[in-house]
Amino acid sequence: MAATKEEIIAGLAEIVNEIAGIPTEDVAEDKSFTDDLDVDSLSMVEVVVAAEERFDVKIPDDDVKGLKTVGDATNYILEHQS
Amino acid sequence: MAASLRSSKGAPYARILGTGGYRPQRVVPNEEILKHIDSSDEWIRSRSGIVTRHWANDDETVAEMSLAAAGKALADAGIGPEQVGAVVVSTVSHFMQTPSVATEIAHRLGTGKAAAFDISAACAGFGYGLAVAKGMVVEGSAEYVVVIGVERLSELTDREDRSTAFLFGDGAGAVVVGPSDVPAMGPTVWGSEGDKADVIEQTTPWTAYRDGEVARFPALRQEGQTVFRWAVFEMAKVAAQALEAAGITPEELDAFIPHQANMRIIDSLAKTLKLPEHVAIARDVETTGNTSAASIPLAMERMLATGQAKSGDTALLIGFGAGLVYAATVVTLP
Repeated sequence: MAATKEEIIAGLAEIVNEIAGIPTEDVAEDKSFTDDLDVDSLSMVEVVVAAEERFDVKIPDDDVKGLKTVGDATNYILEHQS
Repeated sequence: MAASLRSSKGAPYARILGTGGYRPQRVVPNEEILKHIDSSDEWIRSRSGIVTRHWANDDETVAEMSLAAAGKALADAGIGPEQVGAVVVSTVSHFMQTPSVATEIAHRLGTGKAAAFDISAACAGFGYGLAVAKGMVVEGSAEYVVVIGVERLSELTDREDRSTAFLFGDGAGAVVVGPSDVPAMGPTVWGSEGDKADVIEQTTPWTAYRDGEVARFPALRQEGQTVFRWAVFEMAKVAAQALEAAGITPEELDAFIPHQANMRIIDSLAKTLKLPEHVAIARDVETTGNTSAASIPLAMERMLATGQAKSGDTALLIGFGAGLVYAATVVTLP
């Protein structure tokens, strides 16, 4: 069953916590991965791969560049999850 | 009717008998790199784990560095140059198309008329060379083979590209492969993905520079995020396949010696592979940089020299790079 928006944000928060050590409560829709969450370009790849597995979605490298905020990633997953 | 041919007969198995490395004398700290790019020591360290690298002087040529490394490997193996049947050199930064640098090295090592050739498999080149050497020893076309990975990547570095200027280093690593009574080199899991040729590449052909089509001497460029994803997640699968092919469980492994591309790749690869705590992980990239084909033998030599790994240990090796190409195998350390 497809994940809801709230479930995706919560899932991303757990992933960001695991990879960058940021508290889950700091991960919100309007937060920028790079500027607010200490996720650099290489950590972003790890976040994306973890999100792909968790939400059964494919996020090609070309699309990763467009995912600036947690909201961007959430919407992308909402639209592309199978 | 086909006549019956006699085949050669080699050793039952092959093993690595000795290692040797050569690091150029000049140590280049991040501060020197920062003269040409807008970055910081902290940024370089956090993205790559690299603190210093070695860059060769004019007299530290591909041949000279190789000779130094190969001489040490032969001494370590206790093998005389006259016993060497083949010299295999992997490099992408020997700026003489022909003859191969391997022939000069074979001659100057004193191997007599050993077979000698260069191979081009970028950062997987050492693994490709090992696979070929093992084949020769077991097939019987050479009893002892010197395998060298050598690079002067400083010459293919764009000093003004802030994403790659700090990455590359120079050096040579060598091993001697010879006969063994017991299996000591597992099956090689290798391959190429030419559909990803543009992910890591030389910026332009030499001829474009000659013909004035580009002002800048060719350099290496890469798609950082794409390379990172492939190197960590796809190569973890290849590494696991190499372990399985050798019949080795992660618990039985003593050392993990991946291509020293970048500390972040090494750490993420080890994490993805879920290696047990006791496995020693090569992190030579910190003070050697990314030396492409030379990185695995250099890291192996340093682990053995510092006691991080010891003779008889079981090590997983994996190289991956431009092509894209990859090669992984499990070996018993010399």
